[in-house]
Amino acid sequence: MRTNLMLSAVGAFVLLAAGAVLLPDWAMFLCAMALAKGLVSLGIVGMMRGGLVSFGQGLYYCLGAYTATLVAGQLGVSDIFLLTLLSAGVCLVVGALFGPLLAGYRGIFFAMLSLALSMVLYGTLAKLTVLGGTDGLNIGAPTFFGWDPEGRALQTALYLYVAVLVVVAGTLMRIYFDSEQGLITLATRDNELRVEYLGASVRTVMSYNYVFGAVLGGIGGTIAALALGHVDPEFAFWTTSGEFVFVAILAGYLSVPAVFVAAIILEMVRSFSNLYFPNTWQLALGIFLLIVIVVLPNGLGSLVRRRKGDAT
Amino acid sequence: MDLAATILVDGLIYAGWLFIVSVGLTLVFGVLNILNIAHGSLYAIGAYAAASMVGAYFAWGGDAFPYGSYVAMIVAALLVALVLGPLLERGLLRFFYGRDEVLNVLVTYAVFLILEDVMKLIWGVNPYFVYEPYTLLGDVEMGPLFYVGYDFAVIAAAIIVGLAVWLSLNRTRMGKVVLAVIHDSEMSQTMGVNVQRIYLGAFMAGAFLAALGGALTAPMISVTPGLGVNVIIVAFAVVIIGGLGSIPGAAIGALMVGISRAASVHMLPEAELFIIYFVMAIVLLFRPEGLFAKTQARKI
Repeated sequence: MRTNLMLSAVGAFVLLAAGAVLLPDWAMFLCAMALAKGLVSLGIVGMMRGGLVSFGQGLYYCLGAYTATLVAGQLGVSDIFLLTLLSAGVCLVVGALFGPLLAGYRGIFFAMLSLALSMVLYGTLAKLTVLGGTDGLNIGAPTFFGWDPEGRALQTALYLYVAVLVVVAGTLMRIYFDSEQGLITLATRDNELRVEYLGASVRTVMSYNYVFGAVLGGIGGTIAALALGHVDPEFAFWTTSGEFVFVAILAGYLSVPAVFVAAIILEMVRSFSNLYFPNTWQLALGIFLLIVIVVLPNGLGSLVRRRKGDAT
Repeated sequence: MDLAATILVDGLIYAGWLFIVSVGLTLVFGVLNILNIAHGSLYAIGAYAAASMVGAYFAWGGDAFPYGSYVAMIVAALLVALVLGPLLERGLLRFFYGRDEVLNVLVTYAVFLILEDVMKLIWGVNPYFVYEPYTLLGDVEMGPLFYVGYDFAVIAAAIIVGLAVWLSLNRTRMGKVVLAVIHDSEMSQTMGVNVQRIYLGAFMAGAFLAALGGALTAPMISVTPGLGVNVIIVAFAVVIIGGLGSIPGAAIGALMVGISRAASVHMLPEAELFIIYFVMAIVLLFRPEGLFAKTQARKI
């Protein structure tokens, strides 16, 4: 199992790294953004395995992005590793505060409460002129341990950095999904009360899932901020969170790589329909989502044949 | 006039509007068990339809009797319900009854995305202005302040809508059948109720209320794309505060949100945008299913 996992992780990284050589600039940027958003959606997938869908991951996406921007702008830190670490830390703290609180809610109430929290952040940021209000803030290009690349080198470095994060986060989440806690999450999806009767605490497990989702959201937000060079309150708006849910639904809860494939598909569909039918890309997206829900209720992940011994 | 009274009046005006846009949402959830994100689109379409209808009314010589524009607005909302109600319910939503609630939210989210662009295709991206109905009722003087008469008409409309919904649910035969379906649709079906028709009727009523909300709002604002995006989330907050599916809950929720927003506008303007969600979060902390939610047994 573990060797297989390590092999797939290395394989995934080689595949992604190949992109750094092969992809043209625009596609590399698109993939970097897609992978960053995929990280956020991976957090939702972690919760979805337990039957919960957060409609407010924009909260952590935005929190991470603003943390990185403020630290970079106010303290002059430009090191990407430090920025990621700090954003993840802030999201960890906030997630740990809200996690146990939200873990008691189910279904639509969980979705709406998480949405409300992200909208609180949106409302605050939009009104705070110190933080740029609705215009947002700019963030400079990152450095990598003192190395200060420009142009294509910067793009490539950023892309490779996301690729590493994706592979590491994906591997860690897979290990977590297959751990005792992860399997309890899956059991909760089927029948929560039964899990409680067997002596496991659903609330604890859900809190963990939530906190992991928060950290992943923060990391994704940091990368997105650095790739775009700009953050604004829209990061926390509910339609942004809706896109993360979209990716999670498209991917399904069965497979980790499917999340990133789904994220890239969404970003492609969006870019191309933006280019060719600028006024109807939401229409295309909506129809696409309906088709996925009807044809692939368990997402892209269900297309991959499950290996023996994996959790179903 | 002192601050408290100003807040109260502003709050009531906002609450009236909130109630109209959210009561349909809670009704649809109560009967169909679907939290309809596309409610926001229906609202926006109602606003566009009303703008077009009122525009057409005045273009065809409505100046002789300007009050007819109110009829035009209501007709617009009815048309939206009659066209889109059956289309969405029969054409799409009925295939998802009994599925997971959150999945259904996503289905309606997809509809929302689709309708956003359909609106752009039909009405274009330029704003529409129909100010005539707004100025028609004159101003109301309250102490040193002037309020637009139309705003009070919205409160009146909210009260009429609330009473109409409550009476038709509790005092008519059809309403009792609807309540029976809400309580237990399978049992109602075995008793001979045409549940399909009730679902369709409830959805159309919800669509009408959404479109009516939009139609009544159209004269107050410039009707532009993206109108439904903000409305739906505010309506969600109201409905969740009151308890999903509860009509009195929607009224209380609308009052709470309306007055707290008015208070925030006057006393702490920075908080205006998030006060709504803040109130919702506080209510959910103490009443996890909203104020008026039915208690439900957990299934093992």
